[in-house]
Amino acid sequence: MTDAAPLLSASGVDVRFPMPSHFLQRRKPVLHALRGVDVDIRRGEAFCVVGESGCGKTTLGRVIMGLLNPSAGEIRYEGTRIDTLDEGDRRPFRRKMQMIFQNPYASLNPRMTVRQTLAESLRYLGEGMTGAQVTDKIAETMEAVGASAEWGARMPHEFSGGQRQRISIARALITDPEFIVADEPISALDVSIQAQVLNLLSRARQERGLTYFFITHDLSVVEHFGDRVAVMYLGEVVELSPVSKIFEAPQHPYTRLLLSAIPRIGGNAFRAERAPGEIPTAIDPPKGCAFASRCPLAHDRCRVENPRLKPTPTGTMAACHAIEDVAA
Amino acid sequence: MSLLDVTDLEVSFGRHKALRGVSFSLDKGERLGIVGESGAGKSMAAFAIINLISDPGRITGGSVTFDGRRLDTMDTEDLRSIRGDRIAMIFQDPMMTLNPVLTIGEQMTETIHAHRDVTTAEARRIAVEKLDLVAVPSPAARIDNYPHELSGGLRQRVVIAISLLCDPEIIIADEPTTALDVTIQAEIMALLMRLCDESDMGLILITHDLAVVSESCQRLAVMYAGKVIETGPTGAILSAPRHPYTRGLLGALPQMNTRGGLLKQIRGSMPGIGDLPTGCAFHPRCDHAAPECRATIPPLEPVAPGHAAACIRVGEIA
Repeated sequence: MTDAAPLLSASGVDVRFPMPSHFLQRRKPVLHALRGVDVDIRRGEAFCVVGESGCGKTTLGRVIMGLLNPSAGEIRYEGTRIDTLDEGDRRPFRRKMQMIFQNPYASLNPRMTVRQTLAESLRYLGEGMTGAQVTDKIAETMEAVGASAEWGARMPHEFSGGQRQRISIARALITDPEFIVADEPISALDVSIQAQVLNLLSRARQERGLTYFFITHDLSVVEHFGDRVAVMYLGEVVELSPVSKIFEAPQHPYTRLLLSAIPRIGGNAFRAERAPGEIPTAIDPPKGCAFASRCPLAHDRCRVENPRLKPTPTGTMAACHAIEDVAA
Repeated sequence: MSLLDVTDLEVSFGRHKALRGVSFSLDKGERLGIVGESGAGKSMAAFAIINLISDPGRITGGSVTFDGRRLDTMDTEDLRSIRGDRIAMIFQDPMMTLNPVLTIGEQMTETIHAHRDVTTAEARRIAVEKLDLVAVPSPAARIDNYPHELSGGLRQRVVIAISLLCDPEIIIADEPTTALDVTIQAEIMALLMRLCDESDMGLILITHDLAVVSESCQRLAVMYAGKVIETGPTGAILSAPRHPYTRGLLGALPQMNTRGGLLKQIRGSMPGIGDLPTGCAFHPRCDHAAPECRATIPPLEPVAPGHAAACIRVGEIA
């Protein structure tokens, strides 16, 4: 199902935000949101990105979508570099690449009816469609996401969270994209509604052969939905692995910590008490491995030299100096 | 009789009932999880226990009995000696709970002085002791920090320390880890469980997450549209749920064994308190609904020792 050449690749992506500085400070503090991120996304896969707040997963999604320009590095779509394109040249890619946001209360324009919201994408991206074609396309897409025809004339506030997320998905699907960045699309929803929306995304993938870049903090969603997963910590990918392998044999100590902390039915994640773990700040991050301050395996080298992603004994990729010790 | 008994509790907002007869009890040192989706009434139940329902809501029926005394009819003066002292509460967002313009120490000693007649130095000593108990590093220094100087996890530890100041018998925790990351959640839940075990303290944990309850509470109550629809030992309910809604919730959880397939979904969504259907509130979403489900509101009836479900068809669909 997956081709050899990646559909989308991000290489060496850095995002830095200058922070306001004190007038006595010589150097402006810089927030490193992303630090040298390399990921290749293959056609047809569900590529998941997990990590805790502030790890840069949303920033990476925004860079890929061109909502944010990287400070360094490049984004290629089917081999074409897209991060440097101007708006006009970028437009064909915007049709192929769509985004679903976390909060369906904030991502729909409250003053537009559902039909207006859906028509807007087509007006901008669906070049040369006639009025009748637009109407047909809207009806077809609404049906595909399980929205009834009468929703079209209604405003976002008339819908529940789950219904709004269906509308957001319809807005993303209406341009017939190939690639979708979904940024925590079910996190704001109740459990019974999460299942409905997740099933909708699974079906859309099967029927349309979509490729997903799926951002989440919920590892059980990754387990259910993902093909490959990147674990991020403080702006870096620390482990990159097929989903099945990461749950069987997590390699990076941070991945292990993350997996051991997930509550499960009948599990015991809360039995062992832990010392308060603090994620270092992304403003002028540490020189060595960002996880060293919380890592049970950290040694001297970890504090001075930042590890690069390299193959592990299980065939995955992890950025950890201690990985040989882990495997042993 | 239990330490806390909530019986047929009703809370109304005008004509609409947010709680429609909720009953549960808590023994000394016991941990009870109350689970439900948004709008099920779980937070409302928590607030109603300590009679903190604000206008226009009112407790319109049932009773809350704590250590032999009725809290639902108690006057504010007497309630003050119970709230924050014998029953403490922890909320979801520590940044909203803590006062941003007071130091941690000022907020903690304020609480101690409200309930105990102690000197300033003694109050500070108690505060440092409690910060140490919740594993805040270097508590004697941290006590002079403002909330914004702490990370989210530390803030929630401070909130827990404040709730412990008067050595409560029950802590009501309303989604205490929902705003936190998963590794921090594990820390905070492990901390709460240790504190409960050490001082035989009861916990009412309000959450939307069945896995969190499974890992922390002995008993579970599942709420739907203002009612408890299933209650019993956590393990028994999660391994053999009886109510169709509980079954639906468990089936909707993504897991390894659902990989690549579709999740079992419950159709539709929970009705609001203004548009409840007749009979069982779950019947429009239920695969097992029979004509009589539309007519009568099912009572919570025993299905096994200590395990009860509110479904008239519970025997047939087992």
